[in-house]
Amino acid sequence: MQSASHSPVGLRLTLPMDTEQELSFAGRFDSLAAISEFVGRAAEAARLDERAVYAVQLAVDEACSNIIEHAYGGEGRGDIDITCCIDGDGLTVVLRDYGRPFDPNSVPPPDVHASLEDRNGRGLGLYLMRQLMDEVRFEFTPDAGNVLTMVKRKQAAS
Amino acid sequence: MELTTERLKRCDLVKATGRIDSQTAPQLEEAFRAITDDGRFKIVFNMVDVEFISSAGLRAMINAQKTCKRWNRGQLVLAAVPERIYETLDLTGFVPLFKFFDDAVKAVGSF
Repeated sequence: MQSASHSPVGLRLTLPMDTEQELSFAGRFDSLAAISEFVGRAAEAARLDERAVYAVQLAVDEACSNIIEHAYGGEGRGDIDITCCIDGDGLTVVLRDYGRPFDPNSVPPPDVHASLEDRNGRGLGLYLMRQLMDEVRFEFTPDAGNVLTMVKRKQAAS
Repeated sequence: MELTTERLKRCDLVKATGRIDSQTAPQLEEAFRAITDDGRFKIVFNMVDVEFISSAGLRAMINAQKTCKRWNRGQLVLAAVPERIYETLDLTGFVPLFKFFDDAVKAVGSF
C-alpha cells in the first residue's frame, strides 16, 4: 500500500483507469485536501458527473473528520486507509481506521427544519454522508478495525 | 484557505478562498469572532471563491449567525454562493437561516 502520510499537501498522483486504488493517510486534518483529491480523481475515473464527484468528496471528508475526531479522539493518533473501487456501476470507497468503534444509531439526526436557535450543528456529518451517497455501511471488526463502505452510483442516462 | 476581513462603514466583509474543512474552519470561526468581539454584528460573507465546505464550515457560519442575530443587533449574510455550496446549504436546511445576495456589492448595500 502506498503511503501519502508525508506529503499531505501538493500530492501528485497519476490515477490510472484501474479498478482499485489504495492509499493510507495520516489521521490529521491537513490530510483532508489530499484525501479529497484522491477520491475526486477516482470519482472522475468512474465517470461520475460533477455533482456526484463533489458529493463523494464531501461525504468522504465528513467521514474522515469523524474518524479523526471520534474514532481516534484527535489528530495524529492513527492512519486512515482508503480504497477506491471503480466498476461499471460507479464508485465504492472503503475507509478503514483502527480507533474506537461507534454506534451510528446513537447519533441523533439533525433537525434540518429547526429554527436558528435550535440548530447546534451536531450530527451533520453523518447526515450528509447518508444523503450524498447511495449506500453507507459500517462494520466494526475486533482485529481489522472499523470499516466504512460508501457507494455512489452513476446516474442512469435519461 | 485564504481569508480576508475588511471593515467597511456599516458592516464587515469576510472573504474566504479555497477549502473550508475541519482544518481551516477554525480560522473562519476566529475571523467571525474577532468581528463580533469588537461589537460589530453586520457581516457579509463573500463565498465567490469557496471551492468546498464541510459541516465544520457550516457550524462556523451557524454560530456566527446566532451571535449576530442575538437581540436583533445584526446578521450574517451570504454573497455569491457557488452552486455546489448552495446545494449543501439546501440539503442541511441552512437556506432559510441566511439572506443570499448575488455579489458582495449588493450584500454590503443591504446594510
